[in-house]
Amino acid sequence: MAKAPSDGSGPLLDIRNLRIEAKIYPPGEAPRTITLVHDVSLSLQKGKVLGLIGESGAGKSTIGLSSMAYGRGGVKITGGEIILNGRDIRKGGTQGIRALRGREVCYVAQSAAAAFNPAHRLMDQVVEASILHGVATRAEAEKRAVALFKKLSLPDPENIGQRFPHQVSGGQLQRVMTAMALCSEPDLIVFDEPTTALDVTTQIDVLAAIKEAIRDTGVAALYISHDLAVVAQVSDEIMVLRHGKLVEWGGTRQIIKEPRQEYTSALVSVHEIEHVEKKPGATPFLSVRNITAAYGGGKIKVLENVSVDILPGQTLAVVGESGSGKSTLARAITGLLPPEQGSITFAGRTLSNRLADRSRDDLRELQMIYQMADVAMNPRQTVGTIIGRPLEFYFGMGGTERDKRIAELLDKIEMGRAFADRYPAELSGGQKQRVCIARALAAKPRLIICDEVTSALDPLVANGILKLLLELQAEEGVAYLFITHDLATVKSIADSIAVMYRGEVVRYGPKSEVLKPPFDAYTDLLLSSVPEMEIGWLEKAIKGRRMESAGN
Amino acid sequence: MLDLKRIPIAAWIGLILTTLFLIAAIFAPLIAPYGLGEIVGDVWAPMSSKFLLGTDNLGRDLLSRMIYGARTTIFIAVLATALSFSLGAILGFTAAVVGGWFDTSMSRFVDLLMAIPTLIFALVVLSVLPSTRVTLILVMGILDATRVYRLSRAVAVDINVMDFVEAAKLRGEGKGWIIFREILPNALSPLVSELGLRFIYAVLFLSALSFLGLGVQPPDADWGGMVKENKDGIVFGIPAALIPAAAIAALAISVNLVADWVLNRTTDLKGGRGNG
Repeated sequence: MAKAPSDGSGPLLDIRNLRIEAKIYPPGEAPRTITLVHDVSLSLQKGKVLGLIGESGAGKSTIGLSSMAYGRGGVKITGGEIILNGRDIRKGGTQGIRALRGREVCYVAQSAAAAFNPAHRLMDQVVEASILHGVATRAEAEKRAVALFKKLSLPDPENIGQRFPHQVSGGQLQRVMTAMALCSEPDLIVFDEPTTALDVTTQIDVLAAIKEAIRDTGVAALYISHDLAVVAQVSDEIMVLRHGKLVEWGGTRQIIKEPRQEYTSALVSVHEIEHVEKKPGATPFLSVRNITAAYGGGKIKVLENVSVDILPGQTLAVVGESGSGKSTLARAITGLLPPEQGSITFAGRTLSNRLADRSRDDLRELQMIYQMADVAMNPRQTVGTIIGRPLEFYFGMGGTERDKRIAELLDKIEMGRAFADRYPAELSGGQKQRVCIARALAAKPRLIICDEVTSALDPLVANGILKLLLELQAEEGVAYLFITHDLATVKSIADSIAVMYRGEVVRYGPKSEVLKPPFDAYTDLLLSSVPEMEIGWLEKAIKGRRMESAGN
Repeated sequence: MLDLKRIPIAAWIGLILTTLFLIAAIFAPLIAPYGLGEIVGDVWAPMSSKFLLGTDNLGRDLLSRMIYGARTTIFIAVLATALSFSLGAILGFTAAVVGGWFDTSMSRFVDLLMAIPTLIFALVVLSVLPSTRVTLILVMGILDATRVYRLSRAVAVDINVMDFVEAAKLRGEGKGWIIFREILPNALSPLVSELGLRFIYAVLFLSALSFLGLGVQPPDADWGGMVKENKDGIVFGIPAALIPAAAIAALAISVNLVADWVLNRTTDLKGGRGNG
């Protein structure tokens, strides 16, 4: 374990042997107390940024919130000291905590859209804490807020405060929230995954704005994220957590260049799957020709003149930011959204546009895996039923024959056959996604459409899923249409790539060609927005950009 | 797994009372000390060891009539609720899954039915049709089905857009599988709580109809009718009318205690095994 680098003056925040517990109520058992955070200590100097990183359940948000003596539902701080500005805030009582929250420590939540009150104007929410704590009068606070809006490069800083939360975009809202946290001039801000819900192209803007604001105001910050590359851009030090325990703590450079713990190096090298591009020799079995699709009876065009080909046993990745029409392309291919023009040829014959007109065999050959595995499975069916249904439905299997095949499929996705009796609620996020993969495989398809299958997962788990998909492709010869906004994923899985922007394919070809300069402006923006595990990447990327992201 | 120790007190009270009512209803001829229409004593005789609850306005044993009344009341209410649920839930789910013109025309038709006050509508229909048990059940069932329809459609519309339903549609599953295997198990919680409530409304509705003279016809006993027969006694301080009224209240409360408990066992939003 590395010792934190520290200098003479007392730290702003000093957490010693923090222990956080929660009471859980497991079904069929007596309630018991579990420990979420095991004696973690940290200290933070004025004006420094500490990154907290780890997979979900690592306790990073819990530790972050403890700096304002707050525990989410049922979570209790049971041991240790939290010393902020030289006093233990746990001993301050309710009054002390109330004086501290929103004044000395502020919080920036992951989903700004859910954290703002939709019924009030942004300005009223931004200045509320400053006025309540008597830091400033309303006029002063509003002046300061406008200055912050300007600093965070929000459009029309004079008037944006008069808007309601639904009238600004997600990336802008996240920056307004940062302005809200900065407005009462706190000593410490807790950023809880502020960019995780954003597109890569928007994330880079928000990240740059946050970094600049931190530098200019001299505030200290705890930056919580599961993406090490993001944390590396803004933090001075990084703390790696796992299962509520400290894994490694050190300077940013040391963590990403010379990780000392095995877990840290796994996190650092997570995106590197070597994938050799397959030759585009064979003829495509699925051709999408000049598809145009629209919602709202033809009023809102979402796909315009899109043509792509999928080769047997290969992967076509469709890349773009949200709203670029990638998922709509999948819906058009599956027949959920019948295209207005254009045709889809599958194995030499034209597929009917409407789902209802397709034969059962056509349906079987085309399977789909969803982004949110937990809503893609019926919560009232067991894993066995979920995987077994396609077997019954397409192949008329039953009894022991079906059970044998279910066991085989469970082995294929590297889960034991004992999982067949579990319900989805009893699985972890990665396991859920594996079951969805098994359900798709059960139909023996020729093409699986993967819609952002890894974006809701922790990096290490996502990595495992990608490896599994590649293995299955080698074994079963199934082709993938892989929809994603994450270019690192694309590099590790794709054979050919289609880049989509506002409903059109702007760049299309084999992986090696698409990822080779010269780039068009949009591909360049996408590529340069993917955070890299490198100090100073953010500044370089911002400087080198040729166009603004669409979400701005 | 049903663990007797984990059933809360309130649910126990509800279970015991409901069971008592059911036993009384099922075994009425065996339990009742006297016959249904048998005149056995004075008019409005007080409670005594011979007549545990006294006698009614014609000198019939009140306890016996209460027990037979339980049979009629619960029988009609159960059938009417069952009818309203199967009709309302199936049509509601179908409307949500099919959508389009079917949904629109069904929903507007239901709106039309609901626009007319239920009791008045039932009174008009029942005064035209012959007052048999079958018409009673049909009228009550269909009128109540409108409420169930609205609830189940609202619930199913939300579930219908979930990814797992989309996955089933992509697989090519028919409407039957989607309605009964994908949507129904996930819509059960609100429906169960509605079931308890609807059953009680059916009891109250039936009692109101009988009280107004259009429900169960004499000499058959039912609780609403018994309140009507004995209501004049209240002026003379005779409690005969209050006893069936109290029975209606007790049944209402106990059924809802049970429904609440069932609801608690099934509301785990994430699904999986029920946590009691």
